[in-house]
Amino acid sequence: MTETRLPRWAGLVALPIVNILAALLLSGLLVAAIGADPWQALLVLLRGAFGYQEAIGFTLYYTTNFIFTGLAVAVAYHCGLFNIGGEGQATLGGLGVGLVCLYADALPFYLVLPLALIASTAFGAAWAVVPGILQARRGSHVVITTIMFNFIASTLMVYLLTHVLIRPGQMSPESREFLPHTFLPFAHQALAWLGIPFARSPLNLSFFLALLASVFVWGFVWHTRWGYELRVVGANPQAALYAGISPQRNIVLAMAISGALAGLLGVNEIMGVNHRLLLNFTAGYGFVGIAVSLMGRSHPVGIVLSSLLFGALYQGGAELAFEVPRVSREIVVVIQGLVILFAGALEFLFLPLLRPFVKAA
Amino acid sequence: MSNPLPLWGGVGEGAGEFRLRRMVQDAPDLIPGVKHTPAQAALGEGVDVIPPAIELRHIDKRFGAVHANRDVSLAVQAGTIHGIVGENGAGKSTLMSILYGFYQADRGEVLIRGVKKTIARPVQAIAAGIGMVFQHFKLVEPFTVLENIVLGVEGGKLIARALAHARGELARLARDYALEVDPDAVVATLSVGLQQRVEILKALYRGAEILILDEPTSVLTPQEADHLFRILGALKRQGKTVILITHKLREIMAITDRVTVMRRGEVVAERETRATTQEELAELMVGRKVLLQVSKGAARPGAARPGAGRLAVEDLSVVDASGVERVKNVSFTVRAGEIVGIAGVAGNGQSELMEAIAGIRRAAKGTVRISGGAAHGNARDLRRQGLAHVPEDRRRMGLVTAFAAHESAILGYHDDPAFTGPILLDRRAIVAHCAAQMRDFDVRPPDPHLASESFSGGNQQKMVLAREIGRDPEVLLVGQPTRGVDIGAIEYIHRRLIALRDAGKAVLLISVELDEIMSLADRILVMFDGRIVGEVQADKADERLLGLMMAGIDPRTPREAA
Ligand SMILES: Nc1ncnc2c1ncn2[C@@H]1O[C@H](COP(=O)(O)OP(=O)(O)OP(=O)(O)O)[C@@H](O)[C@H]1O
Ligand SMILES: [Mg+2]
Repeated sequence: MTETRLPRWAGLVALPIVNILAALLLSGLLVAAIGADPWQALLVLLRGAFGYQEAIGFTLYYTTNFIFTGLAVAVAYHCGLFNIGGEGQATLGGLGVGLVCLYADALPFYLVLPLALIASTAFGAAWAVVPGILQARRGSHVVITTIMFNFIASTLMVYLLTHVLIRPGQMSPESREFLPHTFLPFAHQALAWLGIPFARSPLNLSFFLALLASVFVWGFVWHTRWGYELRVVGANPQAALYAGISPQRNIVLAMAISGALAGLLGVNEIMGVNHRLLLNFTAGYGFVGIAVSLMGRSHPVGIVLSSLLFGALYQGGAELAFEVPRVSREIVVVIQGLVILFAGALEFLFLPLLRPFVKAA
Repeated sequence: MSNPLPLWGGVGEGAGEFRLRRMVQDAPDLIPGVKHTPAQAALGEGVDVIPPAIELRHIDKRFGAVHANRDVSLAVQAGTIHGIVGENGAGKSTLMSILYGFYQADRGEVLIRGVKKTIARPVQAIAAGIGMVFQHFKLVEPFTVLENIVLGVEGGKLIARALAHARGELARLARDYALEVDPDAVVATLSVGLQQRVEILKALYRGAEILILDEPTSVLTPQEADHLFRILGALKRQGKTVILITHKLREIMAITDRVTVMRRGEVVAERETRATTQEELAELMVGRKVLLQVSKGAARPGAARPGAGRLAVEDLSVVDASGVERVKNVSFTVRAGEIVGIAGVAGNGQSELMEAIAGIRRAAKGTVRISGGAAHGNARDLRRQGLAHVPEDRRRMGLVTAFAAHESAILGYHDDPAFTGPILLDRRAIVAHCAAQMRDFDVRPPDPHLASESFSGGNQQKMVLAREIGRDPEVLLVGQPTRGVDIGAIEYIHRRLIALRDAGKAVLLISVELDEIMSLADRILVMFDGRIVGEVQADKADERLLGLMMAGIDPRTPREAA
């Protein structure tokens, strides 16, 4: 009951697998209860997620978004902060990317890309830094302020896209499409240049950006002195003061990095897929990022793996709803919810079951 | 005159009243007699027919590679106070955690009053009549005392009846055991000593017949410790059984009936308290003779390197968050090559003074100078100027319990070029550095990758000391250097502090252990109500004089004035 610590393999591998199996089992019962064949549903889901090239492309495209928002939650978490403003920060990140692609499109791609990266991270960071400063200087809780900033971000976008950036003479609140040379290449395009044929999908080069970001977070948090300071503040603010580490500065820094990571989602969605500014492109990824980070134990490796799981659930789930008539979209959401419940919220539910096997080690 | 009391000077118990230390209130009648009146003479014959209150048989427990308990067997007779002593990491806390159901033993069994019991969870221990007072309290701070007491045993849907019942019961317990505490006080506002009393009340309210206390006095002021022992004496007279873990051998001598000595996970000896001595216990614990007081030569301030490494505090005042002035216009200097001790009843501003000097707390006014230059900035800048600081509370400040030991070993020094390149930390150097520190201070187990919280309390303290003393600082601030540390390690730590002094460094020491201050310091400053009320040369100090001064009375002043 109090010995919650386990050997690494058990905590990082065995427990999450048991949790996912439990969630799938319960989902199976649910699917059976509504009169569908759970085994067939599982196969459809797996095939829908990994069964053919297009499916893989979609799965990895979703995965990309989850990695960005999951990393964002994790970095803040290591500094003892609960950043639930990923939606807003990603929205602003997308705005930054959009502005670059709309107004700097006279430049060649190799200049647009770095500008877009800078703009997305800077806009996302700025949106997170304000709550960070309020937390550090005034003690306003980031949970409250980041949530409010989500609303502000979304109304800001509505205003901009209905009054300022909207393409003239058009009804829907969207900007004009960017010039094609500013698009981030799709995976199938990039692979075609290498002579490898691949089915069309929204997967684009920002997937590599997500992997790079994961490496960056790993290196930064565990292998730099700034990451060290950030973790001291998160784990024991008193010890931080004792060591001469400023909690205020690190809170702001952690929020900035967190916001920047969430902002990168804009590169995937705006520059990689939609090629125009539009509303609601964050589609809840910011919130799911919390579950991703929780399930991935706030570690980049775990986050990449759990992002893949959620990506597969998104893509395979969509397929499932489409192919098996009795399983509606809502049921798919319930299945995703069960995975979040078991893998995230009920993380240690099966710990006692695992313990006898661990003892022997 | 040299120091009148050895570090572990035994103080006898008089007529059933436990007086560990004669403090302010009874300073005048300090009687040097060391007469021992065994309160348990009545136990005599019938012992064998009454089953022991607790019997542990062949308990074995491993944490990975660490063998924390090896085949431990122990019997505690009902109605006695049983002491457990042993080095840091000997496995005392682990053994008690097994008894209380916090850990499960790998092997062995537990018998309560002769009946075999399975204790897999604390609720089962409570049901079996066992209560435990942890060193780190488990209270709900924003709740009142009464609410904390009934928590979990409300026994009904409506809280009012439980509270009323508890109120009556509390009054009875307070009467019987000298356990007075205001039932309506909010726990967060209570002193550490009173919070501990609430923990004891909680256990008794749940019907505990057997009470386990793990290093209860390490967080108490001497007065609070005195009161605690009066409570334990009363509990014993009412037939309760008490298990007491402590590193302070004279506490063992003063109130226990029997004592068990543990070393490296094993029981190495068991003694009738009146048939043993502190020296024997110390030797049994450590496996060699221990110097109960480290001898030191006279201080030669300034001799090693004149003017170097001195600490000068001028007119320092500190105001706390609630606007109360905790330190009032304090001035003093610590010269190179001397140890200055600050004595005082806890809560008279010593901690705040220390934190202000260390740069953790902002001073309202005044200056602190290290080696002549004006000290300013935060703790990090001060470290660069040669200041090191062993904080009073290792878990709250000195370590990050969630970090691996080697990460805690660079706390405050993480930007030292020895540990980090321009961007990346040099993990290998950090681990090697930590391993060297662990060897130096005999930290067990010497594993730099183990989480800081997995070390026993005393070993955590040693890791903090190793880090700070190991920097060879010009000025060292030490708060409670030997809190929770075993006597073998105390000897070593005292040696290191004296060696630092002899190397020409300035040491400022705060300790609630008057003995420690008297044996280590060359000069003693006494703090009362935020002011320094007097200064005594260590060789002229005794407990009586310091005790009076700590109460704000300087007996020398009128005489000198006359
Ligand atoms: N949860 C744990 N995980 C790993 N090792 C542990 C754990 N708890 C205790 N240990 C190890 O078991 C040994 C015994 O520890 P324990 O806390 O019982 O010592 P102790 O006798 O209470 O020491 P101290 O006097 O310093 O408090 C130590 O070596 C400690 O590092
Ligand atoms: Mg202990």
